[in-house]
Amino acid sequence: MQFGILINEGPYNHQASDSAYLFARNAIEKGHTVPRVFFYHDGVNNSTRMGEPPQDDRNVTTRWSKLAEEHGIDLVVCVAAALRRGIKDELLAPGFRISGLGQLVEMGIQYDRLVTFGD
Amino acid sequence: MSDMDMEDDGSGVVKKFMFLNRKAPHGTVYALEGLEVVLITAAFDQDVSLVFTDDGVYQLMKGIDTKGIEVKDFSKTYRALDGYDIEKLYVDQASLDARGLTEDDLIVDVTVLSNDEMAKLMDEQDVVISF
Repeated sequence: MQFGILINEGPYNHQASDSAYLFARNAIEKGHTVPRVFFYHDGVNNSTRMGEPPQDDRNVTTRWSKLAEEHGIDLVVCVAAALRRGIKDELLAPGFRISGLGQLVEMGIQYDRLVTFGD
Repeated sequence: MSDMDMEDDGSGVVKKFMFLNRKAPHGTVYALEGLEVVLITAAFDQDVSLVFTDDGVYQLMKGIDTKGIEVKDFSKTYRALDGYDIEKLYVDQASLDARGLTEDDLIVDVTVLSNDEMAKLMDEQDVVISF
């Protein structure tokens, strides 16, 4: 099954991105595919490479980058939500790209399931 | 998946998208940014339904004035939705009741649904996005 994932909350403050990551990793392990993850609202804050969490904590952003590289996941950050919050191309971690909301709608149209993580 | 999806893969597919608006219009950005997704989905010629439930019913309340909190008042957008061919607006009866509101307190024409009717409508959707 093809899963699209929508993440609506930023890292660390909220569990949404962690839960989405674990969902995506486990879905892929079980033979499903996750072609794209879309970041919206404060979820766009997951995409910046400027974050430096303490050594003994997980790095939410680099985890996404690694999973995306291993499994060819398209990590899409909403342009309007990103600009509002100061997220620019030059700040993006590997694997992330900025694009429009159409990419979110496309997931709903094309994939078997769209799963939202947020409040 | 519906039969239509099986037959028509790619562009030209029309799916039933439901947007579940659960939060007050102000205090968080969900309602404002959620509305953007609704408009884009309509621009993709999808079958769009909007549901207002819980504090989301306040998004449609008459007399919203944001001057005091110095944020944008986007309530006019709800009145313009029919210009985007978005005409399916549903409101949860229990959420209105719990807040002492009636249909007359709302700025647009809506269909008020019971819990059972809402559940049935939700079951008919292909995609449900909650803000």
